[in-house]
Amino acid sequence: MASDVRQTAADDLAPGGERRRDFLYVATAAFAGAGVVPVAWSLVNQMNPSADVLALASVDLDLSSVQPGQAIKASWRGKPIFARQLTPDEIAAAKKVDISTLRDPQKLEDRTKPGNEQWLITLGVCTHLGCVPLGAAEGESRGDFGGYFCPCHGSHYDTAARVRKGPAPKNLEVPPYTFKSPTSVTIG
Amino acid sequence: MSFPWAKQYQPTSAVGKWMDERLPLTRFVFNALGPGYPTPKNLNAFYNFGVLAGVALVIQIITGVVLAMHYAANTGIAFDSVEHIMRDVNGGWMLRYMHAVGASFFFGVVYIHIFRGLYYGSYKPPREVLWMLGLVIFLLMMATAFMGYVLVWGQMSFWGAQVITGLFSALPVVGTSIQTWLLGGFSPDNATLNRFFSLHYLLPFVIFGVIILHVWALHIPGSNNPTGVDVKSEADTVPFHPYYTAKDFVGLGVYLIIFSAFVFFMPNSLGEPDNYIPANPLSTPPHIVPEWYFWPFYAILRAFTTDFLGVPAKLWGVLAMFSSILLLFLLPWLDTSPVRSNNYRPLSRLLFWVFVVVAVVLGVCGGKPAEEPWVRLSQVLTAYYFAHFLIILPIVSKLEKTKPLPGSISEAVLAKYGSKAAGGAAPAAQPAE
Repeated sequence: MASDVRQTAADDLAPGGERRRDFLYVATAAFAGAGVVPVAWSLVNQMNPSADVLALASVDLDLSSVQPGQAIKASWRGKPIFARQLTPDEIAAAKKVDISTLRDPQKLEDRTKPGNEQWLITLGVCTHLGCVPLGAAEGESRGDFGGYFCPCHGSHYDTAARVRKGPAPKNLEVPPYTFKSPTSVTIG
Repeated sequence: MSFPWAKQYQPTSAVGKWMDERLPLTRFVFNALGPGYPTPKNLNAFYNFGVLAGVALVIQIITGVVLAMHYAANTGIAFDSVEHIMRDVNGGWMLRYMHAVGASFFFGVVYIHIFRGLYYGSYKPPREVLWMLGLVIFLLMMATAFMGYVLVWGQMSFWGAQVITGLFSALPVVGTSIQTWLLGGFSPDNATLNRFFSLHYLLPFVIFGVIILHVWALHIPGSNNPTGVDVKSEADTVPFHPYYTAKDFVGLGVYLIIFSAFVFFMPNSLGEPDNYIPANPLSTPPHIVPEWYFWPFYAILRAFTTDFLGVPAKLWGVLAMFSSILLLFLLPWLDTSPVRSNNYRPLSRLLFWVFVVVAVVLGVCGGKPAEEPWVRLSQVLTAYYFAHFLIILPIVSKLEKTKPLPGSISEAVLAKYGSKAAGGAAPAAQPAE
């Protein structure tokens, strides 16, 4: 019997220097890895938004009370929404800008819905570090360009809510929305 | 691990001997903080701050564990539960003020501890790992303090969480996904508050673990000292206990007197009054500022206001803020001078104090609104902050003519006090400084 038992690891050495046991090591590591990866992913993924957070995806807004020059604030996914009816002057001011001079070049038409160009609906979240800009409520500063002004780090937005000055890298984000009637929208 | 003349632990009782053969815990403490740790005999009061930082952590853990018994991590009632602690819980006001003031004091002593290390060159070989472990503790402290501040769920808590997690949105491509992942939603909400509570409870114990590594790494070469000269003989050292335990207790007494003065007479003087307004996601406070201990880094973050080199201003600010701390990990290799202590480096000593002033004024800028002259001043000082480590120190450490070092710690001590101690009988020692 004893002669059937391999005495040393050297007996396993193939001409290429590989041992049969190497296969066992690789197979074990691969098997363990295949188990660890999905578990690790679950541990990471549990921090992503849960189903109930994602479910609060849409909100209806009634715009009938908003006069030209006024704005209302609403909340969508825990973030503020600004819905503002632009005055003809504000629309003209927004259209007059040469967009090639902008940090984030967009036309007013890109940021509103056709036929409802006077309704400027954006997130009220400064694209710098997420503060709520001023300018939606009556009497608040609207900054140097008549739109919104973020007091945290001094970003100024124009009447199309495009960034014109300050550290913010982008224009105020336009959320996905559709008009249900001329005076009501569904956001999300 | 220690000097050959270190005292050996001898169990005195049968029970002590029995235990020592099975789990030598007493021996471990004896060698770490007892008579078994030979310590340079010339340590000054600045060497007290490591122990003070340890005490500050213990105060935070004890008060924090007790506060967690009364706090509720839910956005609907978190703010009210803090007020419940303040008004209804027996002695709750004291525990909460100790915890809030304690956080400020913890950072205060750690900043002095770090500057002590900078001045006496305690980051230089062979203490690089010790230095880097200290920086890891500092980073963990910052994360812990930030998350603890959010738990109050006041206006500053909420908007602080918004701004700090917003830092990650500056990263290209994956930034927004990372921010959403950190928050567990699209804005700070219940998911955020709960995970911050969990981590705020966990991280102090992680800090405690890294402190054990930090002290371990300290005991390999032993403590540095104000001359920066290596210990050469038993004459250079005294046992940690009773010499430095006694000295540290004096410092601890002073610390606790000042701490109590703040806790009992001006507990809110270090905090932002806006955090007594409940969190409101639809209204930003006009002036968002972190607690004072983050101000210098906040100033660096806000110093970048224009895009350049194709990188957006926001990303520059975030990168600069993180690199301002990560840079310190490279310090042992940026400052190549073989002389440790700034007592023997005249130019470097001057630059050290310039750096202290720069850091303090950056702090002042960080606490001010983002207006002139503070923005311009932050920009100049941020540039100096990086130049100090990346340009000035490497050049100075190469070119500087240093003063002659004393032959040993004992020689330096005798040169200063020897003639007085020996009643003038000792031969006139060479002035070493």
